[in-house]
Amino acid sequence: MSNPDPISVFRTEAAELLEQIESGLLDLTRRLDDRDQIDAVFRGLHTLKGSGAMFGFDQLAAFTHHCETAFDRVRKGDVPATQELVSAVLSAQDHMRALLETPNGDHDAVSAALLEGLHRAVNGAGMPASAPQHVEAVAAAGDDAGGMREWRIRFSLPTNAMANGTNPLGLLDEMRDLGECTIVADTAKVPSLDALDPRDIHLHWLVTLKTERPRSEIEDVFIFVMDEMELDITEIAAERPVAAAAAKVEPAAPLTPVFTEREPPQAANDPKQNKTAENVRVPAERLDEMMDRVGELVIAQSRLTQLAGTAADLGLRSVSEEIERLSGELRDTMMVLRMMPVASLFSRFRRLVHDLSRETGKEIELITEGESTEVDKTVIDRLADPLVHLVRNSIDHGLEQPDERVAAGKPAKGRVALSAHQTGGEVIITIKDDGRGINRDRVRAKAEASGLIQPGATLADQDLLQLIFQPGFSTAQQVTNLSGRGVGMDVVKKTVEALRGTIDIASRPGEGSEVSLRIPLTLAIIEGLLVRVGNGSYVIPLSAVEECLEISLEDDVRSRGRSFISLRDSLVPFLRLRELFRTGTQPDPHQKVVVISTGSERVGLVVDQIIGDHQTVIKSMSKLHHDVVTFSGATILGDGSVALILDVTHLVAVGQQQEAQLRAAG
Amino acid sequence: MSEAARKLDHDAIWGADEDLSVLTFNLNGETFAIEATVVQEILDLLPETHVPGSKPFVSSVINFRGKVIPLSDIRLAFGMEAVEATIDSRIIVIELLLDDETTLIGIRTDKVNEVTTLPKVASEPPPSVGMRWRADYISCLVKRDGEFIIVPNLQAIFAPQRDRVGVAAGTN
Repeated sequence: MSNPDPISVFRTEAAELLEQIESGLLDLTRRLDDRDQIDAVFRGLHTLKGSGAMFGFDQLAAFTHHCETAFDRVRKGDVPATQELVSAVLSAQDHMRALLETPNGDHDAVSAALLEGLHRAVNGAGMPASAPQHVEAVAAAGDDAGGMREWRIRFSLPTNAMANGTNPLGLLDEMRDLGECTIVADTAKVPSLDALDPRDIHLHWLVTLKTERPRSEIEDVFIFVMDEMELDITEIAAERPVAAAAAKVEPAAPLTPVFTEREPPQAANDPKQNKTAENVRVPAERLDEMMDRVGELVIAQSRLTQLAGTAADLGLRSVSEEIERLSGELRDTMMVLRMMPVASLFSRFRRLVHDLSRETGKEIELITEGESTEVDKTVIDRLADPLVHLVRNSIDHGLEQPDERVAAGKPAKGRVALSAHQTGGEVIITIKDDGRGINRDRVRAKAEASGLIQPGATLADQDLLQLIFQPGFSTAQQVTNLSGRGVGMDVVKKTVEALRGTIDIASRPGEGSEVSLRIPLTLAIIEGLLVRVGNGSYVIPLSAVEECLEISLEDDVRSRGRSFISLRDSLVPFLRLRELFRTGTQPDPHQKVVVISTGSERVGLVVDQIIGDHQTVIKSMSKLHHDVVTFSGATILGDGSVALILDVTHLVAVGQQQEAQLRAAG
Repeated sequence: MSEAARKLDHDAIWGADEDLSVLTFNLNGETFAIEATVVQEILDLLPETHVPGSKPFVSSVINFRGKVIPLSDIRLAFGMEAVEATIDSRIIVIELLLDDETTLIGIRTDKVNEVTTLPKVASEPPPSVGMRWRADYISCLVKRDGEFIIVPNLQAIFAPQRDRVGVAAGTN
């Protein structure tokens, strides 16, 4: 909880930068001439190098420098952006992660190999090789063409230049003769007055020059002092206004060595600085803690409301109402704090698809939709692996090879669409491909072989498809690098259910498959139906509730033994929660049935009383109660007592089991 | 549990220290002691919520300052009878590391006595025979004023239910 370790802050930032760089690179693979992305990647690399060096990640900084240099050349149009180059930098970027992880490890061999690849990619485009540090000088080659151009010249003379007879004023005058000049002196290195030797040169100059003359003439100005001085001549892109360039070299600004880069660091950092102004990084556990406090506040407040309601004190009542409003707002604000756009989840798939496309030789187009949809951070974290698995599945099992696709009359390029949208309290995430669809025969054969179903058993299509969520189920005939390792579909299903979500699958032979995950918006709060069973209060998640019916005592007695109610011509099994929970109490004369569902399966729950809807903060159950599967959590009611939240999936499963047993019994 | 293992357990709780600071309490006439460092708070009885389907020795949950924590009756782990609450009944909230997760647990007691110091010299590992209770649930016995104070092995009692069967068998 104290000040965060700067190194770990850097790591987090660097990881984000790498992600930005990666997404920029992936964009580039689609549009190689996208200047904005090239600039963005360059800036990312630049910042990474700079801060890496600052925090002692020397290997990282040195390695990144080469990539940055390569991109600098692309940025200036010296070399064209090619797929090879982008791929080389993508692999290099992976290596940067390694360098970030183990800054002191021995990475020399890998670094060298990657740089070699990078070098080939840059020079394969027909540009002369050069030591990366001196790209600037090489960049000058062959640009003697006429026309009005703008240059930025930065030069510094040796301290003792005046003693050797050089007059800097003369140099500046000569440059003025070449064209319109803005000259700014950099006074950063001027020492304090007592240490100042008037015969020494402490100034550096930055000149913005507009001229038709070629670069060589500018260099000629410095021809006599060239050997001892530092000179950097850069062409400024025509559209860049002079004023902006001049402003950036304000003498008061402390000029760091990084300044020798062509892009002034101020400009490079601008988007980032804006970002830090808007965002505050907070550890998730602090948010959780705050969430707990807010939850307690809401509970205390509802007690206050109860007290105020019974007291005749008008003043107290108005204060209590005020607090009720405020705490409600505070809770809503808290909820939003934990929400994150799914874009952060989707972005990582672009890389995955890019890699898979190369590995499998399938052409794949990834379409993402609804990236701005927001979900609880925990959901994002936990869904990452299952989604990776689903996307891999789509690509490996679903999409066909290009020739196969063409033969089937489809475009050679396969499509995988990831989309997210919000409906009510749920977010629906779908993964859709236009591949060959799920092969029912193979699923059936596999299920029969592994004993999941009886040979020749009749199964509804949906039931058949659901079989792929069984543990150990894989229809891939050969286990490839892609699927058939790590998490299986059963793990995907479990994860989604642990998030109180459901998973649905649809597939048409030859047209593709679609998997939809329905996940509650937030894990921290639940909209629930508060019911009473015996003397205890329980919460049924409202999202699962279909309807509530009354069941008279006679009906109850009559139905005993078959435990079904008929609901609009369909039989729905029901569970008497009083019996399930062994309350040992007499049934209420006006019992209610709450019909809950997950997907297509329904089950009725007989309760003694429906108290009403209830919105509250979910508390997880401790490890000691992990064996109790009937409840997914607990919540604290207005009077401070605890109510348990029913696990709908489990109850439905129990209901279905009961139904199956009854059917078997005839 | 073997003699050596019991010895190990016994040593683990004492470590190199000569004294152990504990909180003592009563359960069905026996005196128990819990290391003072794991004790979070001592509470008056709170409204309990029964968890249907849970093991008898952690049959309910309570609202402890906005957290829902399990309430345990460890006397059931020792095969003692459950008793009605009295005016002296208290809940001791302890914090344990279970499976690398700090877990708050409430323990029902008949009476909380005092925070005291137990000397290592007076302690001995639980005997392997002649005891009514499961030996692995006891870290050590400490002799004082002619009677034994039981230092329960909380880790073993609350360990993620590996030996749940044993607990259930002991209680039913």
